[in-house]
Amino acid sequence: MNEQHQTLWQFMSGQSDKLFSQTLQHVGLTFISLILAIIIGLPLGLLIARKRKLSGMILGIAGVLQTIPSIALLGFMIPVLGIGAKPAIVALLIYALLPIIRNTYTGIIGIDLPVKEAARAMGMSKRQVLLKVELPLAMPVILAGIRTATVINVGVATLASFIAAGGLGEFIFGGISLNNTNMILAGAIPAALLAIILDAVLSLIQNMDIRKLRKVLYILPIVILLLGGFYILPSAYGASLTAGFTPEFMGRQDGDLGLKSVYGLKIHTIVISDAVMYKAAYAKELDVISGYSTDGRLKAFDLKILKDDKNIFPPYYAAPIVRDEALKQFPDLEKTLNLLAGKITDSIMTDLNYRTDYLHQQPERVAKDFLISKGLYKAPKSGHQGTVRIGSKIFGEQYILAEIYSMLIKGYTAYDVATKTGLGGTKICFDALLNNQIDFYPEYTGTGLLVLLQPNPKVAKEMAQDKEKTYRYVSAAFEKKFKIKWLKPIGFNNSYALMMRQKQSKELNVNSITDLKNYLDKN
Amino acid sequence: MIELKEISKKFGDTQAVKQVSFSVAKAETLVLLGASGCGKTTTLKMVNRLIEPDSGQILINKQDIIAQNPDVLRRGIGYVMQNIGLFPHYTIAGNIALVPKLLRWDKAKIKSRTQELIKKLHLPESILAMYPHELSGGQQQRVGLARALITDPPVLLMDEPFGALDNVTRTSIQKEFKALEELKRKTIVMVTHDVQEAFELADRICLMDKGEVVQIGTPKELLYHPINDVVKNFLAGQRLVLEFKVTNIQDIWYYLPEGIVYHEETVNADLSIWEAMELLRNKDRSELFVCGAGKIVKSINFEQLTKGFNQYQNAQQHE
Ligand SMILES: Nc1ncnc2c1ncn2[C@@H]1O[C@H](COP(=O)(O)OP(=O)(O)OP(=O)(O)O)[C@@H](O)[C@H]1O
Ligand SMILES: [Mg+2]
Repeated sequence: MNEQHQTLWQFMSGQSDKLFSQTLQHVGLTFISLILAIIIGLPLGLLIARKRKLSGMILGIAGVLQTIPSIALLGFMIPVLGIGAKPAIVALLIYALLPIIRNTYTGIIGIDLPVKEAARAMGMSKRQVLLKVELPLAMPVILAGIRTATVINVGVATLASFIAAGGLGEFIFGGISLNNTNMILAGAIPAALLAIILDAVLSLIQNMDIRKLRKVLYILPIVILLLGGFYILPSAYGASLTAGFTPEFMGRQDGDLGLKSVYGLKIHTIVISDAVMYKAAYAKELDVISGYSTDGRLKAFDLKILKDDKNIFPPYYAAPIVRDEALKQFPDLEKTLNLLAGKITDSIMTDLNYRTDYLHQQPERVAKDFLISKGLYKAPKSGHQGTVRIGSKIFGEQYILAEIYSMLIKGYTAYDVATKTGLGGTKICFDALLNNQIDFYPEYTGTGLLVLLQPNPKVAKEMAQDKEKTYRYVSAAFEKKFKIKWLKPIGFNNSYALMMRQKQSKELNVNSITDLKNYLDKN
Repeated sequence: MIELKEISKKFGDTQAVKQVSFSVAKAETLVLLGASGCGKTTTLKMVNRLIEPDSGQILINKQDIIAQNPDVLRRGIGYVMQNIGLFPHYTIAGNIALVPKLLRWDKAKIKSRTQELIKKLHLPESILAMYPHELSGGQQQRVGLARALITDPPVLLMDEPFGALDNVTRTSIQKEFKALEELKRKTIVMVTHDVQEAFELADRICLMDKGEVVQIGTPKELLYHPINDVVKNFLAGQRLVLEFKVTNIQDIWYYLPEGIVYHEETVNADLSIWEAMELLRNKDRSELFVCGAGKIVKSINFEQLTKGFNQYQNAQQHE
């Protein structure tokens, strides 16, 4: 695949089906949650406008809910609501609540007292005062709240793809992990346009004069309902097994594409984030997932790797990649980093990951324990000959490796260390390295080959079968293309893997990907 | 028609209204007069239950209002607010039609009644489609009045209905107000802190101070027979004007020079001295022809008027 040479327009027209359905899902998600937020938020706002004593508490709670990071909120919901539409809608609803409650409240209490009193003095009942005077007068403020909520929702809805609820996030996050700018833009541009258009339309309505506004207010709920209806629940399927793949896996030759072309695997698939995928498999929301072979959660959630009997997953041997400049600047760096070469096997890495991911031990502690057990630990010297900047991607294994390297450098050299962990996906981390933001980070040969170099498919396929070949190829190519050196591999192979729950694998007698295909074809 | 019996109301520690009692006869206009904060608005609002009294009883048509549904009660009482309180999101027509709609009048009836009132209140019909903020203060005040009058309620409560106006406009609206046939049949309780306005419009005045009633009586009674210094002091500043207002030409008829003059254009002798002076001042004429009892017409000029008034005053004081 040479996606980079495609124009954005070619990408978008090529993927127009997907783009269209993702946009509809996005709009649908935004509006379904908006309707619910209005149904809940408006009466709550009215309630606290009547009983002011409650206002502090309710606005406080809504405010706190608003500050929960979106990913965390989505994560909390999986045990309760599973994956897919339900938790996404609930999460969006929670974000939309605060502006709607708050604006309803301020809108109502902001009405001129004489006007309210006049309404009562004319003999209007409480209900009539509310419907004929208070709500119409507060409407511009309430609409402003709905407008804010809509724009927030368009943004947050991109994260719905993390938990298999679809939307434009599938392209955005898929693109980020695949280093595919066109894909990112194909998701980001429509999402941004959506936000801008909805904001403009609602601002127009909000600033309309009373005469027109009255008419629009009859139409608006219908429009919102219709838009909400776009969201045909992605969970409408009848397949026997369900797979959950990360956006990155979905777009890769050594991922879903390979499963289809090499194995002929036909499985109902939803897109989900790595952060919640294992948990969803454990909770039986998913049956097959695309994990990493050394992931600690493999052990924690009792999952089994299906054998890749046709070798579509290339080896992913981890090794630090360092800018040549940094190696010159810090002469002791290479030999220090190479202390770790060959020291961490697959099972050691899985165990280390298990300790951080599942036992929640600090990466520092896990790193130190490991170094001590290997007799490599040395107390830190005071670093005064410059600072080495270590990067890492945003998952557990990378944090541990960063810590180990940090301790080695502090113990064996006179350099100080700055860690910049959590640099998103491959693209972000690698860009940081290229742009001299960091000096090195641990990378995987397979990623280097397929994501960063992207050679033509033939070369890729040939390389991908062989560990040594891959390593030699990426080393040479990186040196030539980027002035970046691959140091010696650390030992373990963190490749992609398909996995299932141990128990289900036994029940269905599925041990390899071919077994899985055969099972699916029969059922 | 309206009767308040020992009404009291406290807001926290403030005794806003204390043991207030009065009654208003059918078709009478009672003005609640007093300084700012003396409890006029509070008293008025208790009559249509916008505020509930702590103690005491209020009867309208001999029925205790506490026994009635407040919404129904209010629909039967016209209310003009201290700060107008028009609904900004309704057109003028919508504002005026509010209560009739609550009472489920049909559209044609609302329309014809609205047009009738608009005419009486000297408002142009074009304002009906406008919104309150597009009107001048005086027009808004008239609309507020129209809103209160639309269903022709027998009882009208008015809280400083002309308060928001400049002097010139206020005087002219007061005049129109006084001339309105509609209002002559109504039982009205009106609040003001403007003594002249009270004297202009009241049948009787209820002077209040610090939440209590000080004196109730006709303007003349308050002016010539104040029960204490509070009343006297309250009226002191504008005494002369008030005297011009409570005295009419009939009262001083005796002191006006004789002289049989015949003129087609005569004014009635129940004109107050104040009004006669205004006529003499405004219109470019030096004489008024007043038709007194027995169709006798006298011609008076400004000097004769003041002289006659002074003689009348002297005579009063020596009684
Ligand atoms: N809702 C309220 N809460 C607390 N105190 C009030 C309230 N309404 C009125 N008061 C107090 O009661 C007293 C009487 O108020 P009220 O409004 O009846 O005066 P007023 O005679 O109408 O004055 P003004 O001529 O300024 O309108 C004032 O001291 C006022 O501060
Ligand atoms: Mg008042």
